Amino acid sequence: MDTETVISLRGVRADLGSRPVLRGIDLTVGRGEVVALLGANGSGKSTAIRTIIGQVPVSAGEVELFGTPRRLFRQWARVGYVPQRTTAEGGVPATVTEIVSSGRLSRARFGVLRKADHAAVRRALELVGMADRAKDSVNALSGGQHQRVLIARALAAEPELLIMDEPMAGVDLASQEVLAGTLREQVASGATVLLVLHELGPLEPLIDRAVVLRDGCVLHDGPPPKALGQHALPGHDHVHPHAPTRTGLLS
Amino acid sequence: MDLLDYAFMQRALLAAVLVGITAPAIGIYLVQRRQALMGDGIGHVAMTGVGLGFLLSTSPVWMATGVSVLGAILMELIRWYGRTRGDIALAMLFYGGMAGGVMFINLAPGGSNANLTSYLFGSLSTVSESDVTAICLLAGFVVLVTLGLRRQLFAVSQDEEFARVTGLPVRALNLLTAVTAAVTVTVAMRVVGLLLVSALMVVPVAAAQQLSRSFAATFAIAVVIGVTVTIGGTVTSYYQDVPPGATIVLLTIGAFVVLTALAAPLARRHARTAAAARPAPDPAECAIPATRAPDGKVGV
Repeated sequence: MDTETVISLRGVRADLGSRPVLRGIDLTVGRGEVVALLGANGSGKSTAIRTIIGQVPVSAGEVELFGTPRRLFRQWARVGYVPQRTTAEGGVPATVTEIVSSGRLSRARFGVLRKADHAAVRRALELVGMADRAKDSVNALSGGQHQRVLIARALAAEPELLIMDEPMAGVDLASQEVLAGTLREQVASGATVLLVLHELGPLEPLIDRAVVLRDGCVLHDGPPPKALGQHALPGHDHVHPHAPTRTGLLS
Repeated sequence: MDLLDYAFMQRALLAAVLVGITAPAIGIYLVQRRQALMGDGIGHVAMTGVGLGFLLSTSPVWMATGVSVLGAILMELIRWYGRTRGDIALAMLFYGGMAGGVMFINLAPGGSNANLTSYLFGSLSTVSESDVTAICLLAGFVVLVTLGLRRQLFAVSQDEEFARVTGLPVRALNLLTAVTAAVTVTVAMRVVGLLLVSALMVVPVAAAQQLSRSFAATFAIAVVIGVTVTIGGTVTSYYQDVPPGATIVLLTIGAFVVLTALAAPLARRHARTAAAARPAPDPAECAIPATRAPDGKVGV
């Protein structure tokens, strides 16, 4: 592959309890690529990205981020993560700015936010169109607005790589469009994106490659199934460094 | 102010103020991570420390600090490694701690459950000079952690998974939270007692939430409520001869009820002013279907 590899999974296996969830998956994401992980519920797509961020331990295989084994990887400011929206509300009220500011901690020394950091937080809020709600409590937001806040939190560190787990789940149409627009800008400025999706939806034109999982194995790795029409649209001029032919995809 | 003429009252008030600050300061993170009753569990474990203190004739405060810190670390470890039966393990820890306390204090020469009572429900008037020194040192540690690391603790308590991806030492911060909570329990032990300490960690935060929209404001209001009720409770117990711990906790719950009653009309007024400030509610959301249409992707 001629472009720099940002994420690399080789023969990754992971178990939850005694149940194998990933049964040896290979996945490579090159710089500037937008890759969607697709699959039914329980196919292992969320687990796959949680092995990348180190939330789920790997029982076999290798995970690398920016060419560094995940265990040794320390440059977390290069990674923006948007978790599946389940635990976003804490037991105490917090404003949009407070939530987004915690995304900047990876760039702040000793947790002290300087003027530049506050400016980055404001920029991230503007990117998702939530600057006018900066001082509102996140508890007062709709599901879609909440998701925009979580994406702003990931963008606050100005990451090169965005990892998102179902960013469109439970998001109203208006917010979906805002999110798609935000993502488009990020991709245009060179960001690499790996996202778990249930369906391609409004993000379809952005996706370079789709990796479909089933029962913890890679079933398909190539152009997204239905996206051919959109790929022809003007403004969509990504390089497509497709992965080599898959072999040995498992029992 | 004749009550300040007595040295024991000066000590009692100083201890009360420190508890009023520290208990809500760490409690807010416990509430945020939905472990509101952790303080209660640590309180049970600390009883073993008090019992050991009597048995070994050392300071019950320092002994309780040691034991409850160990207990808190154990609880945190159970949370990491414990799978399905974590609650059973915690129950054993709590009640084992309580039984250990009763056992040790009865084994101690001249010890009886009467000694334990002052630690269970607080006994401000018997706070000694050395207790105050210990309380000051421990409270300093709690304030340093809860204010100095507020952004890190906020991030970890809000969303542990995300905090890990920002490179924060999540496990170390979780342990630090548990240890700080344990230290706070022993700070508060002499004032409100081990069985009531959790109330002072949780209820001021819950009361503050009725008024605030931000974490920072909740923190500040909770500490103000904490200090107000601990001073109020201490002074009341001096004049009315009622137990200070119970008075403080009842005052805290009273503050919660009053603030909740006040908050509803305040929230309505806030909603009205917000609506007035935003004449066209969320215009962007209405405009978007129109921008979608020219793409021809969706038939709107």
